[in-house]
Amino acid sequence: MGLKRVFRVFRYKPGWSRPRYETYTLDLPEWATVLEALMRIRRDHAPDLTLRHSCLHGSCGTCGMRINGREALACLVKVQDLPERITVEPLYNLGVVSDLVVDMPAFYEKFEPVGRPLIRRSEYLPQAVPPEGIPHFTRLESCIECGLCVSACPVAATDEAYLGPAALAAAWRVVEEPRDARVWQALALADSPHGCWRCHLALECSEVCPTGVKPGHAIAALRAYLLTSQAVRTASPMGEAS
Amino acid sequence: MAKPANFHVVIVGGGATGAALAHDLALRGLRVTLVERGEVTSGTTGRHHGLLHSGGRYAVKDPESARECIEENFILRKIAPGSFELNDGLFVAITEEDEAYLPRFLEGCEACGIPTQVLSREEALRLEPNLNPQVRVAVRVPDGTMDAMRLPLRFLATAKKNGAVVRPYTEVLEVLKRNGTVYGVRVRDHVTGREEDIHADVVVNAAGPWSGKIAAMVGVDVPIRPSPGVLVAVEGRWTNMVINRLHPAGDGDIIVPQRGLSIIGTTSWVVDDPDALDLPEDHVRLMFEKGGEMVPVVGKAPLWAAWSAARPLVGPRQAETGRELSRTFKCFDHADEGVEGFVTITGGKATTARGMAEVTADVVCRKLGLDVPSRTREVVLLPHTAYYRL
Ligand SMILES: Cc1cc2nc3c(=O)[nH]c(=O)nc-3n(C[C@H](O)[C@H](O)[C@H](O)COP(=O)(O)OP(=O)(O)OC[C@H]3O[C@@H](n4cnc5c(N)ncnc54)[C@H](O)[C@@H]3O)c2cc1C
Ligand code: SF4
Ligand code: SF4
Ligand code: FES
Repeated sequence: MGLKRVFRVFRYKPGWSRPRYETYTLDLPEWATVLEALMRIRRDHAPDLTLRHSCLHGSCGTCGMRINGREALACLVKVQDLPERITVEPLYNLGVVSDLVVDMPAFYEKFEPVGRPLIRRSEYLPQAVPPEGIPHFTRLESCIECGLCVSACPVAATDEAYLGPAALAAAWRVVEEPRDARVWQALALADSPHGCWRCHLALECSEVCPTGVKPGHAIAALRAYLLTSQAVRTASPMGEAS
Repeated sequence: MAKPANFHVVIVGGGATGAALAHDLALRGLRVTLVERGEVTSGTTGRHHGLLHSGGRYAVKDPESARECIEENFILRKIAPGSFELNDGLFVAITEEDEAYLPRFLEGCEACGIPTQVLSREEALRLEPNLNPQVRVAVRVPDGTMDAMRLPLRFLATAKKNGAVVRPYTEVLEVLKRNGTVYGVRVRDHVTGREEDIHADVVVNAAGPWSGKIAAMVGVDVPIRPSPGVLVAVEGRWTNMVINRLHPAGDGDIIVPQRGLSIIGTTSWVVDDPDALDLPEDHVRLMFEKGGEMVPVVGKAPLWAAWSAARPLVGPRQAETGRELSRTFKCFDHADEGVEGFVTITGGKATTARGMAEVTADVVCRKLGLDVPSRTREVVLLPHTAYYRL
């Protein structure tokens, strides 16, 4: 044991008039992440603390939160790299359900209709020859649906209907690599009044994205695509990009 | 004749096993409530390598597990299309000793029905240029990569669609028992803060490495030992196929590519409390060293994350390390011990969760006098995104 840290944790339950912060002092091993600290707080001090976690290595996207004011995956932030006082709060712009848990149905309400498949072509090791019977190597999409970008987005903060960076980045992935998805539908969503034209392109989303999706850049690409492709502006099935 | 909808089953634990069981029972028409103390898949399930096992790893020492893996691997490809990186896997021989293991390995795979293709050094390097250039021979098997959380979400989404109630942040405090019969659970909902009793005709303990704790609430013995292993993710995707060492299963002999990362695993020791897992530094170092023997760049890649996960291993309590115990699952109907209405399902793999669920649901139905078959081999699962939309 070597790391002594004071955690100020956002607490809120349905029915409370306002959230409060509770303070926990922990002695942690060198390797501890903020997520490990929170799991210990739940185990030893506050069994009713609700938080989301699953993979512990930045692959599932459940442990997104604000750590000292900045969006991050708690499982990837080492306590060692933080100052002595650490404030942990839920993500913005999705609505708080309980403590650090935000309303993921609100996230998927926008994300799911885009229809982006989970599996994509692998761009890694292009020189490798796939084995017989496998036309090309594939991989899971980079976006882990963590909501960090939505939390950091100033437009999502003021326009509840804004499709938001994650869904728009997913729409761009559909355009880039359609697979069996409906390109015209993704483009229609992107082109809607609450779609990509609302974005300020200041790229807060790209900065916080933990997996290099760069949603802001994807939005810029979507806009350029929509501007140059007249056929799909009408968003009809006939306008399906080739 | 009793109707499935007359019965209510409570499942304790929202990992891969509980998720697949909720799906199986809901599909048979029973009423199902699944309770999970945290977010679903927050136990062992979310933390595993993400390896869709071909069974190759167990083909020599544990053919029973190997057969289960290959059978379920092929079923999952059918019922969960679009969930896997289906790039196959290689077992690579680096040393002469590894190469000497080849005949036994091939024999084992053949006996278990695992398709194999033997590749020369040159062929292997063409598929995976980052392999150790000293590779002597490689065997291709139908391994794959899954998203450890999103596959079980598909089971849960489909279960919900069929009427199951899934309650995360709901912790079992007590199992309710009267005259030797379990009739429900007392839970605390950590969102509302309320305690309540949920009545059930059967309670199924699917709490993974915590299942010993749940069984203790009932006063029955479940011989599981929490056996953690260390996993390491390094930055960069250095292979597209799963890489395994061609030798008897040991430490650090699996590299699973996933998204833009490579996951190296694992080790094995034994603990008492699955809520207090250490992360021994020497195990982390060993992952780099062993991983680097198969794929040298992996051994030098920057660390992305390191963590531990506990296996729910079934076996005698006196075993010293976890590795000799069978990987195969066990389903206990505690009626044997004089307790009615309580079933435990534990052990196994995330890959075999559907098969485990089928066997367990058969036991549950038999107990209730129901004769409805499982349909989970055929029914295609909803996408993971549906979980949060239903
Ligand atoms: C290091 C390691 C690597 C592995 N790699 C692979 C792999 O690559 N591929 C593969 O197929 N398998 C792998 N496995 C095996 C696989 O992870 C497990 O077999 C599987 O995840 C077990 O799932 P489960 O649902 O039985 O348990 P769990 O996922 O642990 O689920 C049990 C749940 O019960 C909950 N719970 C506990 N107590 C309570 C309570 N009182 N009230 C309510 N809920 C409670 C827990 O929170 C937990 O979510 C690996 C295992 C380990 C340890
Ligand atoms: S670039 Fe657009 S989507 Fe990204 S944070 Fe800024 S306004 Fe939001
Ligand atoms: S785009 Fe990046 S930040 Fe946004 S949800 Fe996906 S992974 Fe998270
Ligand atoms: S727990 Fe999966 S991203 Fe942090």
